[in-house]
Parts: sequence; structure tokens; C-alpha cells
Amino acid sequence: MKSNMINQFKDKAIWIVFLVIFIGFSIASPRFLSSNNLFTIARQVSMLGIASIGMTFVILIAGIDLSIGSVITVVNIVAAYLMVNRGMSMASAVILALILSVLIGLLNGFLISTVGISAIIATFATQIVFEGAGYLISGGTPIYGFDERFKVIGQGYVGPIPVPVIIMIICFALGSFILNKSYFGRYFYAVGGNEEASKLSGIRVGFIKYLVYALSGLFAGLAGIVMLSRTNSAQPTAGIGYEFDVITCVVLGGVSVSGGYGKMSNVVAGVLIIGILTNGMVLLNVSTYMQMVVKGIVLALAVGFDSLQKKRVAH
Amino acid sequence: MNEKYILELQHIKKEYPGVVALKDVSLEVKEGEILALIGENGAGKSTLIKTCSGAVIPTSGKIIVNGKEFTSMTPQLAAENGIAIIYQEFNNVKGLSAAENLFLGNPIRKGIIVDKKAMEKEAKKAFEQLNIKINPKTLVGDLTVGYQQMIEIAKAIQQDAKVLIMDEPSAPLTSAEVESMFKVCELLRSKGVSIIYISHRLEEIYRLSDRIVVLRDGEYIKTLITKDSHIDELIHLMVGRDLKESYPPRAHCIKEDEILLELQDVSGNGDHNINLQLRKGEILGLGGLVGAGRTELVQMIFGAAKKTEGKIIFKGKEINPKTPREAIDYGIALVPEDRKRHGALLGVSIKNNINMPIYKRISKASVINSKKEMEVATKYKNELFIKTPTLNQLVKNLSGGNQQKVIIGKWLAANSELIIFDEPTRGIDVGAKFEIYKLMNELVEKGKTILLISSEMEELMGMSDRIIVLAEGRITGEIRKEGFNQNTIMRMASAVEEVKNEK
Repeated sequence: MKSNMINQFKDKAIWIVFLVIFIGFSIASPRFLSSNNLFTIARQVSMLGIASIGMTFVILIAGIDLSIGSVITVVNIVAAYLMVNRGMSMASAVILALILSVLIGLLNGFLISTVGISAIIATFATQIVFEGAGYLISGGTPIYGFDERFKVIGQGYVGPIPVPVIIMIICFALGSFILNKSYFGRYFYAVGGNEEASKLSGIRVGFIKYLVYALSGLFAGLAGIVMLSRTNSAQPTAGIGYEFDVITCVVLGGVSVSGGYGKMSNVVAGVLIIGILTNGMVLLNVSTYMQMVVKGIVLALAVGFDSLQKKRVAH
Repeated sequence: MNEKYILELQHIKKEYPGVVALKDVSLEVKEGEILALIGENGAGKSTLIKTCSGAVIPTSGKIIVNGKEFTSMTPQLAAENGIAIIYQEFNNVKGLSAAENLFLGNPIRKGIIVDKKAMEKEAKKAFEQLNIKINPKTLVGDLTVGYQQMIEIAKAIQQDAKVLIMDEPSAPLTSAEVESMFKVCELLRSKGVSIIYISHRLEEIYRLSDRIVVLRDGEYIKTLITKDSHIDELIHLMVGRDLKESYPPRAHCIKEDEILLELQDVSGNGDHNINLQLRKGEILGLGGLVGAGRTELVQMIFGAAKKTEGKIIFKGKEINPKTPREAIDYGIALVPEDRKRHGALLGVSIKNNINMPIYKRISKASVINSKKEMEVATKYKNELFIKTPTLNQLVKNLSGGNQQKVIIGKWLAANSELIIFDEPTRGIDVGAKFEIYKLMNELVEKGKTILLISSEMEELMGMSDRIIVLAEGRITGEIRKEGFNQNTIMRMASAVEEVKNEK
């Protein structure tokens, strides 16, 4: 019973970390707690949150997806190119860009599951390929000049709530639903815990891998669309390094890097922590380079905590 | 032959929590002899040789090497005192030459530079001494398994080994390679090197050894002079325990005229031309030694490995399952040998484990009917007496016996008709074993059919209606319940008949 209580506490510990950082910044910077700033954080966090849902699935099955930064870039560029250079309607451009993001995910699935390349190398390769593709399509220059209505996705409000936040909440609800209510979620945990035993229990492990990487591509693509609408111009550098922030959020949220363990609700906390950390440091005039140092340390701490816990269980 | 003992083990005892692996085993190895060490699976051979190499620390007892007494060894001490082990897995680097492998970790150097020429010269000498024809420059990865093994032996001799311990050295070799390995062994013997030779191939032991030490259930049984002993005596010593455990009785439930599974000339995955029939309600035992190809056979039936030839006929229809999923949908289930790695999903709850194969069936548009999920789990928890406070308990927190029940529950939920048990009671305590046996009885009484792989002779004879014995990927015999006899089974498992026929 006692160990149960400790486990429950551990499960919630990430929210306490969140509160501590939140209160810390509130004291350190008077502007932090202004409603204006809180909305800014919410909007910034929304893209991170959307992308981290797919990454949660990937890490749950003991994989990794380094390609999502490039997926975001490509979705930016392709949607913008279709709208501006081809005069395509907003809806069809968005849908085609999202289909492309799913295809990139399926390509990852193919390389990992069918060819058998390790996830880290396979997605590293696709990352490079699609980063290059982004430059090729855009010719290295930004694309802009969209329909005014397109701004709504990233900049609009429903009542007082920003549209991207609503999209994020819907995505998290969907992610939670897949993980907890659909049988796919059960399969993700099983495959991440033990691939061989999962196969012998009748799970089509190959199919699950395709599905998970496709979902990772899709959620990254959605984040890319939100980003495009927010910045109102497609940059060939839009998503560079984004995978790093997303992986940090997920791992910080307690999803075990060796797979099989993690909760969607805690990933939300991980996303919020990275969000307020970035925002707070900007408010406190911490240099970009110092921010990188801090985020790197946070990632190492999160993974380190996970590994130490595993060590303790093993002994 | 010299009467001096080069290695003595005195009263070696090894206890693990709850298990005694070795009970007071003593043996002596003379200078320049080949001593065979034999026993069934789990007799304690491996544990015993590991005490010599330092991989296992004995609970009590003495190891005397060349007059020097030790209470335990370390790998380094063993090497310093001239004890070398040739394992089944070779300790080599495939991308380096034969010569470089011979001096692996201890290269001949000029200053800090490795002297390849000198090593090749020395290697040539070393190989010639053993009458081995290997070009020292050849990459080890390009050599056959037989030659790779020769290099291992040469390496041991190079490092001045006086006692060479060989663990099933013939297992990976072709018959021609075995013959050249024997020649090397005989040559070494004539040079005064002692060899402890472990093999389950009895004919090899008669061909090669001077004396035979028999172990059974971790106990020393007897030492035989090879030329004065007979193979029947040897088999009797290996298996001749009293059948002490009792097995729960079961009602007669075999449907004689209903063939559930038939294999016709199935080959592949290391097995050849397997023919067998399994009737509904029967428990068919598959006997044999470790590596006989039994697990490999059931992997083909369960779709976890490919068969290359032959037919699998299940419920009168030919099936060809390519994945476990397909086999499960036909009604075939596997309770695998390695429970923790292949059987249960340890990090997942009991409830989810039991429902794992049927999630699709209890879901609508991919949404799980959680009421149904709970019902199924509760049903099998109660039926199988799984001891747990809650069904949300992770399976890794359960005892071995309860984990096994969860796996069985999963297959009952999947409505399996043929349940394959691969070593179902390994690592399970005695009380839980009996429960598993009772469960198996209930299963066949309810119309299920069981294929049982067991390396425990008693269990195999106690539970099976019929036993088919495999050796080296082939069926070597079939026995009905009336004819069950340990000696006969052991004889078939060692493929002794076959050798006689060849001669």
C-alpha cells in the first residue's frame, strides 16, 4: 500500500515541478503573470503540444522520431507553395500537406519495420532528406501572401480562447482516447514493453510501427499548419531543431525512453514546463545560447531520472 | 597414462535461493586423459564446469589444481593455472585473421606496434603442432565453424592450458569436422593435456573418452571406465531415479477418431520430415534433449517460424500460418519456454495481458468495451485461481506460477483449441507445478488438446498420453503410455538406435 502511494506521488511529481517553476517565474518577473503573457505561452505551447502527442506514441513503442522538425518545415513550405504559387484553396492545400506528412511517417515506418533500420538512424536520414527538400521547393526563400482567412488557425480566437489552444486540446483529447480507450493504445504499451512477447500474443507489430510513425507524422504536420498560420510565412528553416524540444517534453512528461511506460496527462505537464521555461527565460533576458544550455540540461535530467529509476528497480 | 591428478573437485556444493544445483560432487581428472561428463538436461554439468572456470562460486567445497587448493576460482586464476574452456559460443573476432585471433588480447608487439609477421609465424607453428591446416592470414569470419573451433583450441594450448574443458563441442559441427576435432583431442591427450568432454551424444563418448562421470539431479552418481562399461548401464545411471512425484489423475477424454492436428513431412527451422498426429483431448509429449528441435517444431506450427516443406493439417484443413496472429485465429496457442521474455507482457496489467489476443473482438470501431474487458479478465482470474488483489496488478509483480496462469488465461480467452506448452513448469515451485498439472488435465477434460514439450523426464511421463521423441531435428521414436520407460526415452533422445543401424 505504501509503495502504491509513493508511485502515485511519483506520477504526480511532474505537476509539482511545473508549479515550482511557475511560481518561481511569477516572482522573478512581474510581466510573467500578465494575462497577455499567459496567452502568449498558451499559443506557443500549442504547437509543441500537438507534435508531442505523436512523439509520445513513438517513444512508448521504444522508438524515436527525429524527422518531425523536417516534417514541420515541409508542411510549411508545401502548403504555402500550393496556396501561393499554385493558387490552390486553403482547405485542399492543408489536406494535401497533411497527407504528405502522413506519407513521410509511413516512409519512416517502412524503413524501421520492413527494412529494419534502427529508428534513430532511419528518422535521422528522413530528417536530412526532407530538410533538403524544403530548401529545394522553396528555393531557399520564404513564401508568403496567404488569404487573410488562413490566419484564423494560428491567430484567431473563439471567445477569449486562442484557436491553436483549442486545436491542441482537441488533439490531446484524441491522443488520450487512442491511448486509453482504443485497443491500439493497449498494443502500443505492449509492443514498447516487449516486442517479441507482443508478436507471440498475436499483435501485428509491423503494422503497429507503421501506424505509430504515420501518427507522429500527422501530428507534426498539424503543428506545422498551426505554425504556418501563426508566422504567416513559410520559412525553409521553420522546423529545424523542433524534434529536440518535442522529445524533451515527452521524456520530461515521464514517458520511458525504453518504451512501454508513460501517461498522456503527464506529457501535458512536460509541454507546459518547456513552454514556461522558454517564455520565462525570454522575459528574464536570458540569451538564446544560454536557453539552449538550460534545455539540454533539462533533457539530460529527465532521461537521467528515468534511467536511475530503472536501475533501482533492476536491483 | 599417468595416475597423477591434474584437477580435483572435492565436495562441491552450489546452492541458489530455493534450489540446490550441485550436491556434494567430487571428481578427479588424471593427467593426459579424456574424461567424459554426462547427465540429462539440468543434471548440473554446466554449473560444475563453471566452478572450474570461475563463472560460478561454489557454496562449499575445494578445487585442487596441480596440488594447489582453492575454495573458488576466478576467470583469471583459472587461466593462470592452465584451465581453459571451449564454449559453444566462440570468443573470436570475425574481422581479424586467424593469427590475430590466436593472440587476441595478448598480441606480439615491437614497442607499441603489433608485429603481424611474428604472430603469423607463431600461429603457423601452433597450428602445425595440432595438425590443423589453417592459413594464419585467413579472416576468421571466412573459416568454417570447425576451423573456428580449432583456433579456440589452439589458443587455449598457446596459453599453456593443461586442462581443456569442452562443452558440447560437436554440436555445431558436421560429421567430417567432428572427426578432425576428435583427432585433435587425441593428439592433445598424447601430449599430456587433460580434457573434460561434455556431450549428450553417447557414441562420441564411447569413441573418445577414457572414463565417464555420471551426474544426475546435481548429484555425483558414478565413475565408469569407458572400455569396461556398456551403453545400457550408462543410460540407466543417467535416468535411473525413482519416480517419486505424483501426478493428478484425469478422466479419459481422448476422441480416438478425431484428429485435431496432423503434420505431414514438415521440414524447416532445423527439423526434418516430421510426421505426427494429435487427437482431440490428447496430451502428446515431445521428448528429447535441449536442442533436439522441439521448440523449433512448435514455432512452425504457431507461425513464429517458417516451414520449408510439408503440410500442417488442423481440424481437417491444411493451414499455413505465417504469423502467430494467423495461428491464434485458427485456434492454436503457445505457452513459450521463456516466460519472462516471450510469454507474459511483464510491464502490462493482468487484465490487459488476458485480453491481448482478443482486443479486436471486444472493441467496436477500435473502442474497447471496458465492461467486457473486465468480465473476461475476472472470469479467467477466478477459473484459474490467479492470486492477486487486483486485475490492474502488473504481471511482473506475480509469482512464476501465477504468471503462467495469466498466459494460459490469455489463450483460453482467445478460445484456443490446441495449446502448446513449452517447458511449462520451468522455474516454478513445486506447489504451483501441481496446480499447472491439474489445470492441464482440466483443459483436456474440457475438450482442449495439448502438445507438451518437457525436458523433465518425470513430468513428460507423468502428464503425456503418448510421447514422441526427437533428436537432432528428427523423430527418433514414439511410445504409448503403457510402454513409457526412462531408459527407452533416453536411448531415443540420444539417437543410439540410429548409430547402431549405421554400423
